[in-house]
Order: sequence, then C-alpha cells, then structure tokens
Amino acid sequence: MDNPYIPSPAAIRKITVENEEKDIKTFELVFNDPEDLKDFRYKCGQFAEISAFGAGECPIGIASSPTDEGYIQFTVKKVGVVTTALHNSEEGTVIGVRGPFGNGFPLKAMEGRNVVIIGGGFAFTTLRSLTNFILHKTNRDRFRELTVIYGARNPGELLYKYDLQTWKQRDDISLNVTIDQAVPNWTGLVGFVPAVLKELAPSSDNAIAIICGPPIMIRFIMPVISELGFSPEDTFLSLEMRMKCGIGKCGRCNIGNKFVCKDGPVFTYKELQMMPKEH
Amino acid sequence: MEKKRIPKLIKELTKEHEVFAPVKKESLVFFEKVSPGSEISLDFQNTTKSPKEVLFPQTEILFTYDIKKNGVEIEKAPELRKKIALLGIRPCDAKALSLLDKFFSSGDHKDFYFSEKRRNTTTIGLACNRPISTCFCTSMGGAPFGKEGMDLLLQDINDKYLIETVTEKGDKLVEKLPWLEDAEKADIEKARDLARDAERAVTSEISGMSVTKKLDGMFDNPLWDQIYKKCLGCGVCTYLCPTCCCFDVLDEATTKWKRIRIWDSCQFSCFTLQGSGYNPRPSGKERMRQRIMHKFNYFPKNHGENFCVGCGRCVQECPVNFDIREVVEGISTDIWRKKNG
Repeated sequence: MDNPYIPSPAAIRKITVENEEKDIKTFELVFNDPEDLKDFRYKCGQFAEISAFGAGECPIGIASSPTDEGYIQFTVKKVGVVTTALHNSEEGTVIGVRGPFGNGFPLKAMEGRNVVIIGGGFAFTTLRSLTNFILHKTNRDRFRELTVIYGARNPGELLYKYDLQTWKQRDDISLNVTIDQAVPNWTGLVGFVPAVLKELAPSSDNAIAIICGPPIMIRFIMPVISELGFSPEDTFLSLEMRMKCGIGKCGRCNIGNKFVCKDGPVFTYKELQMMPKEH
Repeated sequence: MEKKRIPKLIKELTKEHEVFAPVKKESLVFFEKVSPGSEISLDFQNTTKSPKEVLFPQTEILFTYDIKKNGVEIEKAPELRKKIALLGIRPCDAKALSLLDKFFSSGDHKDFYFSEKRRNTTTIGLACNRPISTCFCTSMGGAPFGKEGMDLLLQDINDKYLIETVTEKGDKLVEKLPWLEDAEKADIEKARDLARDAERAVTSEISGMSVTKKLDGMFDNPLWDQIYKKCLGCGVCTYLCPTCCCFDVLDEATTKWKRIRIWDSCQFSCFTLQGSGYNPRPSGKERMRQRIMHKFNYFPKNHGENFCVGCGRCVQECPVNFDIREVVEGISTDIWRKKNG
C-alpha cells in the first residue's frame, strides 16, 4: 500500500527574498530523485506539505507553474516554527515534499473564457502560478482576455516583482497592481483591492473570477463581484485552513462536511454559500 | 468453548498474533498486549479507554530520519505486517473500528498506518450481557450482541462461551482451533435469549437516527450558545471516544529524529488556530458545535452513519456531566427549536 505520509527529499536550489520586510521568500526546489518530479504532477492552485527536517511540516501553495520545467517553487512567509526553519535554510539544504494535494483551479472550465484574477497580499502565490500558466505560449490561446488585479500594502510588499515587470511588457494581459496608500515614485494604482475592482469593473460576460486574499479583503470583494454580475458558479475562491495531513484524515480543516485540503482549497462561491460560515 | 479454556485460546492466538485483551489495573480495565499466562479480565462492563489505541495509538511514529551533512536519510516505518488479535472487544468498540476503517480508507489516499493494521487484525469480540445505564448502542444502530466489525463473537452463556463466526477471517481462525466443541442447539437458544434480554436492558433510548436531518440548518441555532457553557474544554470525551481520531503531526528528536502523530482534540483552542493568529473556531461554542455536528451531521453525510456508537464513555467520564444523549435527543425532538422559537 502507498504511504502518503512519507515526503520526497528535495534540495533548495535558489532562494529569492520577495519583500522589503524580508519575511517572505521563494524557495526553488529540485527533487533528489528525478522520478519524484515525474510523480509530482500538479495543477495550478494545488499545495504540498513541506518538511523542514528537524522542525516539522506545513502546507504551502505551489507558486511555480506546471509549465516551469525541472523545478517547483514555494513562497513561504515566516510565521511559525517550520516556516522559520525554512527561512533559516541555505541554498543546498534538503527539505521534504509531499503532494500535490487539493483540487486546484478549474482550468477546464476557464478555457475559452475571460479570466479575472484577483489577489491581495501574501495570498498571491497560487494566483501567480495560474497567471504564468495562462500566459505560457502553449496555453495562452485556450483562454480569452486575462485581467489581473493584485494589491499589497506598499510597493515593498509586492511579491514576484520580476514577473510583474515581464507581465507589464505584454499586451495579452491587463495587469492592475495597486497599493494601499500613495507613496513617492509609485506609478501604479492606489487603493484597496475591492475599490480598484469596482473602478476597473471588468466585464463578467463569459468570464470567470478567481479570488484569493485575506478574509477581510474577501468580505469587501464579494459584494462588488456580485454587482459586476459574476455568478456564484463562475466565482472561485481559494481558502486557507490549518491542516496537518493534507489528505483529509487529521480532522481540522473541515468547513461543514467538506475538507479544505481534499475537497478544496478552491471552492465556487456557490459552494461556499451552502457551507457553514466557519472559515 | 468452556470458559476455563481462555488461557488456551490466548496461547493459540499468540502463535501468530500480537494479542491485545482487557487487563484489570486496580479498578480500571485497559486493552494491553498479553502473552500466554497473562491474567486477562473478561468480566468487565467496558474498558476505560477504547481499544482504538491498538490500531491508532496515542503516539505513533510515522517515520524516522537522520539529518546528514549532505542531506537527509528517511527510514520508513517498520513493516506493519504483524497480525493482531483483539480479544474481548465489545460490540460498540468493534463497530467503531469499522467506522474508523470507513473513514481512514476513504478518499484518494488511504491512511497507511491504520488501514494496514486493520487489515491484519482479527477481532474476537465479547457480547454484552449486562449493559449499563450510560449505554446507548441500540440508538446508534448497534446492539449488545452486535456483530459489525467482528470476526468472531464470544457470547457468555454461564459456564461456556458460544463462539459465532462472522467473517471468513473468523472461519479461518476457528479452523486452527480444532479443540473447540460443537455448539448445542440449547446453547444457541440460550444465547439468543440473552441477546434479546440484553437489548431490552439498554434502557437509554434516544432518537439517534433522525438527528442528522434535524441538524441541517441548525448551524446558527442559539442552542450552541447554551450547551457549551459548562464544558471545560478538557477533551476527555474525544480521548476516550472509540471513533474520535483527529491527530496532530510533529517532529521530535531523541537519538534520532522522528515524525510522529499524536491524538488531538477539536475541543482544544489551538486545534484550528492559524499561523496568522486567526481562528475559525475561537470559543467553546464553535468547538462544541464541531464535535456534535461532526458526529451526527458531517460524518453521516460523507459516510452514511453516525460517528458515535453509543458506548457512553464520554457520558461516564465527563467532569461536568455533559451528556451527549440529552443534546442529541433535544435536537431530534425539536426541544431546542421550540425553546428558541
């Protein structure tokens, strides 16, 4: 029988400090055994359980895109024992990966449609994966207009500045980056994500909205989304919850009878409306 | 089988199995590993702790590892091929094992550790002749002579045990015990009478089957604001429960690093506490609601049955006399709806 609790060893090949606070880093991993990479077939929006050996394990969304070959990336904020151990690791350190877990974004349903990606703060990681996936030359034709709205507290807290630069050069993506309050030399948008969304008012016609952000942002975004005419079936949210096993056994990430780890983390707004308000 | 043959049965079982049986410790009874000659107790109401810990121990090593200069060496857990015999497990606890089996083997990923051990386990149960006041197995789809989760069922007919084979596994085991005597018709009749009497002796009856539907739409009912108030959040109910199986995973070092899992409880505040400090179940209210909803609404929706077998341990041992039967009955009979308009 397959044992889903055993992690595959992978070495940290590259560490990128993402923000000015220096508490968010992206880890690029290469599996020790190339076979493990073949087995790790993932979709945008899925996550993995990352082991910092000598500290423990925690669930992290996959920040790379399946179109990135030979490596996988995870962006980690330093908050607890395991994430601190990861932050203290150097390039070359071997860590562990179990997964991929979760359902991921509804790529099939998105094909042939306009896609509106809305993210705030640190929650942008799997949305970055999705954006890079859609923009990849082998995929771009399968999707129609791509709109990305991404907000952070201040410019220093924006993740993936290198990607934002690249995306800005392209004409097949409408990139809207916003910060909470105006600062000198900032040329992008200013304002909270819900307000920016309202002002930009992307059309809900033949469109799907994909949303991930802190609970407070979600609360203010949902009325705008409804106003713009996105149906609850076409609005997808990626959730977070404390979890240990990633496979629906440890018992703590449930919302009603659904487990965020295995039934989610991506749910339609319609599904969420039917579920108890406990997230 | 004559009762005095129990030591012989244990001796036979230990040839191929690790045998776990009820052992008395002062006034308490626990399932422990026994060897030929061990004193076991088959004269108990039910064990203090449930036998779930034989297959789902309070602390379990998932694997060990060594951190080396140039990497990490993971040693997988020892093989789980050992055959296990659970002797003297009560029908409620055997039913609990089959519920755990349903849960742990569901989904895309089976729980390797539980499922492997369960597969290698033979249950030789002991029917209940004298249920006690806290027993409510019959309200949860079980019975004092229930066979769910059993391979063999011993039924105490005074000086003898009538042994009923329930599964093929049980048949195979009986084949290896040629010294067992054939049952007489009178023995079978006697057991049938005892089973009927025992079922009648379960005096605590609640509407356990209608509660799932009633709980739909009761997530925001004011009942949750009330019932949790006397709860201390100690978690003893979940530790003693034969079906509760939530766990935490952590790494620990002694001579080697180990990744272990340990029992956890939905009644603890840190159970759902997120790294950001946000907690979707911030007070006893949400945690009590989770325990009741999980057992009587969420689990039945996913697996078709209540996640409670009516063993009564949580009722017996709760330090503030919280009685899950009253809550279930109150919900089933609309008492809470009426109370709260």
